[in-house]
Amino acid sequence: MTAVDPVAAGEPGSEHGSGLGRVRGRVLRKLWQNPMGVVGGVLLLIVLIAGVFAPWLAPYPPTQVHFTTPFQQPFTVGFALGTDDLGRDVLSRVLYGTRASLEVGVLSVLLAVAVGVPLGLLAGYWRWLDAVVSRLADVMLAFPFLILAVGLAAINGGGIGNAAIALGIANIPTMVRVVRAETLRLKESDFVLAAHTMDAGATRILAHHILPNALSAIIVQATVIMPSAVLGEAILSFLGLGIQPPDPSLGIMLSDAQQYLFRTVWPGVFPGVAIAVICLGFNLFGDALRDALDPKAQRVRKGKR
Amino acid sequence: MTEPLLEVDDLEVSFGDVPAVRGAGFRLMPGERVAVVGASGSGKSTTAHAIMGLLPGTGHVTSGRIRFRGEDVTHAGEHRLRRLRGREIGLVPQDPMSNLNPVSRVGHQVAETLVAHGLAGRGEAKRRAVEILAEAGLPDPARRARQYPHEFSGGMRQRVLIAIGLACRPDLLIADEPTSALDVTVQRQILDHLEKLTQDLGTALLLVTHDLGLAADRADHVVVMSDGQVVETGPAREILTDPEHEYTRRLVAAAPSLTTTTHRSAPAAEPVLEVAGVSKEYRIRGGGGALRAADDVSFTVRRGQTTAIVGESGSGKTTTAHMVLGLVAPTSGTIQLDGTDVTAGRRTARRAMQAVFQDPYGSLDPMFTVERLITEPLRIFGIGDRSSRRARVAELLDQVGLTPSMAQRYPNELSGGQRQRVAIARALAPSPRLVVCDEAVSALDVLVQDQILRLLESLQQELGLSYLFISHDLAVVRSIAHDVVVMRNGRVVEQGPVAQVLGSPADPYTQQLLDAIPGAGVFS
Repeated sequence: MTAVDPVAAGEPGSEHGSGLGRVRGRVLRKLWQNPMGVVGGVLLLIVLIAGVFAPWLAPYPPTQVHFTTPFQQPFTVGFALGTDDLGRDVLSRVLYGTRASLEVGVLSVLLAVAVGVPLGLLAGYWRWLDAVVSRLADVMLAFPFLILAVGLAAINGGGIGNAAIALGIANIPTMVRVVRAETLRLKESDFVLAAHTMDAGATRILAHHILPNALSAIIVQATVIMPSAVLGEAILSFLGLGIQPPDPSLGIMLSDAQQYLFRTVWPGVFPGVAIAVICLGFNLFGDALRDALDPKAQRVRKGKR
Repeated sequence: MTEPLLEVDDLEVSFGDVPAVRGAGFRLMPGERVAVVGASGSGKSTTAHAIMGLLPGTGHVTSGRIRFRGEDVTHAGEHRLRRLRGREIGLVPQDPMSNLNPVSRVGHQVAETLVAHGLAGRGEAKRRAVEILAEAGLPDPARRARQYPHEFSGGMRQRVLIAIGLACRPDLLIADEPTSALDVTVQRQILDHLEKLTQDLGTALLLVTHDLGLAADRADHVVVMSDGQVVETGPAREILTDPEHEYTRRLVAAAPSLTTTTHRSAPAAEPVLEVAGVSKEYRIRGGGGALRAADDVSFTVRRGQTTAIVGESGSGKTTTAHMVLGLVAPTSGTIQLDGTDVTAGRRTARRAMQAVFQDPYGSLDPMFTVERLITEPLRIFGIGDRSSRRARVAELLDQVGLTPSMAQRYPNELSGGQRQRVAIARALAPSPRLVVCDEAVSALDVLVQDQILRLLESLQQELGLSYLFISHDLAVVRSIAHDVVVMRNGRVVEQGPVAQVLGSPADPYTQQLLDAIPGAGVFS
């Protein structure tokens, strides 16, 4: 009905398809093309299988003691990775320890996201709140998380929850900063300006426009927090502030192995390798994910050619 | 007959497997000025880059030949190219903001070019740099040479880049959209200056531009490119007055600066929007005092008609638009929509007043489907239910010339013109009486721009819409507006019916703006 020539409607649009599905497909394709992403993904898959299926994969309960066979070398019959000072199966304990590490990691990431994302959105959107939230984040960043963990352990006693809460709190400020920066950027974008002219309220703008567009940055930051939380759990448990013996934890295994270092190194090597693999997996995968999600790489150049 | 300076024969360039230039060919004689014209994606910049061996990323010449003074430089080695660039072929890049090193003094950057090509020693280069800056038309060049790029205006930076491009006295200067980022009056000064310098030095000029009028104004020969191919070449005047190829014909017809438009006559109608004595002051940070972004601005938009605000950057036109839209509160003055104060009854006013912004890539949330984008204002204002909104989307898409099947697409699946149509559909969704178009066609290619302007026009007739049209482009304004408001430094310098203001301008500034429209002189 308009006087516009139909050529306009048939301008070179691109192929049809559900947008989010296509975005996900493109991100996965980019991850797959990146050797870093492939290696990280494979490591992560191994770690996740080990952690999730530990009860089925482990040949023994992690706390079962074999008094007759302490300090078994790896690859002996019945004990694939040997045994420790009490004759506990190292393989079983590494599997369960990985599971505990992942639990702490996931819980602390959830905590950091649950608190950090809303705070970051608010701080980025309202200037007056920004001063308060950002200074608070500065203070928290300056506060050593070990002291926080000691304090929490003094109140609650140790345990998985304690470690997760301490590590979650310690990672809130970085999440706040990332989300705040994204919000500051997005709130100046034209589509938010357009939403303002439609009389959209702050809630709508934050929930419908800013949060979905900040999601990729949040996911990437989560993959950064995850390995640092896994490492943090190992440190806390090593110091006796996290998971309590006899529950298995990679950190506790390291601390136990340390005492017998001159008799055998193996009970300390395998948990160490497990920690390294978990962290490397998340870091590599996170880096590749960041590259794949990078909006600069996605955007078609639209300068005057 | 003399030997041509530059010969491009059947050039083909690909990025990866995607062809960007498909058989481009033209020649350039010494001292001649040739303009390469085309829309975005036509391959004009790629051709220019190929000549200098500056193809980015995966770009490579797949066939054809580039000869410079008879020498084949198509696949010349890096060593040869380095001497070619700067020394024999100078380059003026597009964006004056990002092409100077922000942490290095301007004089040093000019001197660097001379030293790099072994034309002068350190001390000598320093002295020559000041001379070159003086030649570029910079006042007080000795002092200016010690300054950093951020202390220069956009026009001054472009002068510096031209100076660098010409520093080694090349035989050929390639200027890639040298003035696209500048205001029209500055653009004119820069081009005049470029013309004078190249003429004095006898330098040949290859001008890459999207603006046909500018090409016709500034070049002897015009090469029109489309889809990686040269569709037409010829003397500038001939191309404009007697285009042979279908594409060139469309381009000439669509260029607002080239068409001798009949001004839209304005029958008397009651005002929809009345802006009276509106000012906006911003306190200047640090020292006291205030910046008057808008100063006592008054104008009206009449029902079913278009009022355009024209001005250069810093004129206060965008501030004024934002005040009308209620995004910025005025310091003083009143804005009335149909007799009711806008600042009082905000919500109803917002519904009656919608906006279309400049950048169709930025103004649509990339996470939303077209349908969700268009229904957002309906949901905010609580208009209709799910099924009636869906029907409205189909109706709106049809009105703006898109097919209903596009409702489920995402913005990144659409072209620039299609996106701007979606933005218009979104603005029309709550049935506004007034649509504020803030540089709504400035980011679009000429052909698409023309289509969008025609669309806005037909929608106005059909729906009785009123437009407040903000633009820096007098040529566009001339073709769409009934009334014109010319702004400068926050003040209205002149306003009235388009025929009167643009036909016989009373203010010298308006005349200056009119004179600066490229291509204006071609037909007269």
